[in-house]
Amino acid sequence: MTFKANGNDIELNEAMDLKTWLLSMGYRLEVIACELNEEIIDPKDYESIILKENDSLEVVSFVGGG
Amino acid sequence: MISREQIDEALIIRHTAEVQEKLKNARVAIAGLGGLGSNIAVMLTRIGVGHLHLLDFDRVDITNLNRQQYFMKHVGMFKTQAIKDVLQNINPYLETECENIHVNEENVGNLFKDDDIICEAFDLPENKAMLARKVRELYPEKPFICASGMSGYGDSNSIVTKKIGNNWYMCGDGGSNSNGGLMSPRVMICAAHEANLITKLIVDGKV
Repeated sequence: MTFKANGNDIELNEAMDLKTWLLSMGYRLEVIACELNEEIIDPKDYESIILKENDSLEVVSFVGGG
Repeated sequence: MISREQIDEALIIRHTAEVQEKLKNARVAIAGLGGLGSNIAVMLTRIGVGHLHLLDFDRVDITNLNRQQYFMKHVGMFKTQAIKDVLQNINPYLETECENIHVNEENVGNLFKDDDIICEAFDLPENKAMLARKVRELYPEKPFICASGMSGYGDSNSIVTKKIGNNWYMCGDGGSNSNGGLMSPRVMICAAHEANLITKLIVDGKV
């Protein structure tokens, strides 16, 4: 199964929920905002969303400073 | 005292009447009045943006003077009060609505309902992400400009403006966190990216 994350093709060998994928990539959930297929996702739904073929995910990660 | 008419005329000489009319009618919210927000507010006031909605809960600290648009006399004051003083010295005839408030998940919907453009200028990454998630959920039709990565004194040209999604833009180098220290020159580069994009959105209606 292949989906896009920040424009890059990502290959998954098994079904995976969004939260597991984000954590596996090292993202800190408190400092990110995710849009899946151009819709913002509430963090409490990360766990129940299973990534699908052709999904387009945008993960915006923030660092401190301002 | 310089009159409203004199300032308006000067701005029109610089920007043209057509552009000035758009700037005068614009409503921009700036969330956070630190290194980014205080600089953005000053820039937008200088060009005559008519309605600024400025939000912060904090007071001016002596350590803010290395990059924020405050003066020694402002140390200890609420940033909302201090910025009003700064902006009124530039152009007292614009509307600046200042709210001394902690922006959180519950109040985002109410706080930003009347603003046309929303600018994120917080310091902590948790707050930046929270505002991004809520604004994109509640107001996906409003242009939203956020910032991440502007610390230190490294490469000026690594700070860029990127379109992330529909009506969503990001300014910064994407990576440098505040451990590298925050200094006026590079924070101002990033603030100027945000302010210039806001200007373009107001005048051209698109990027």
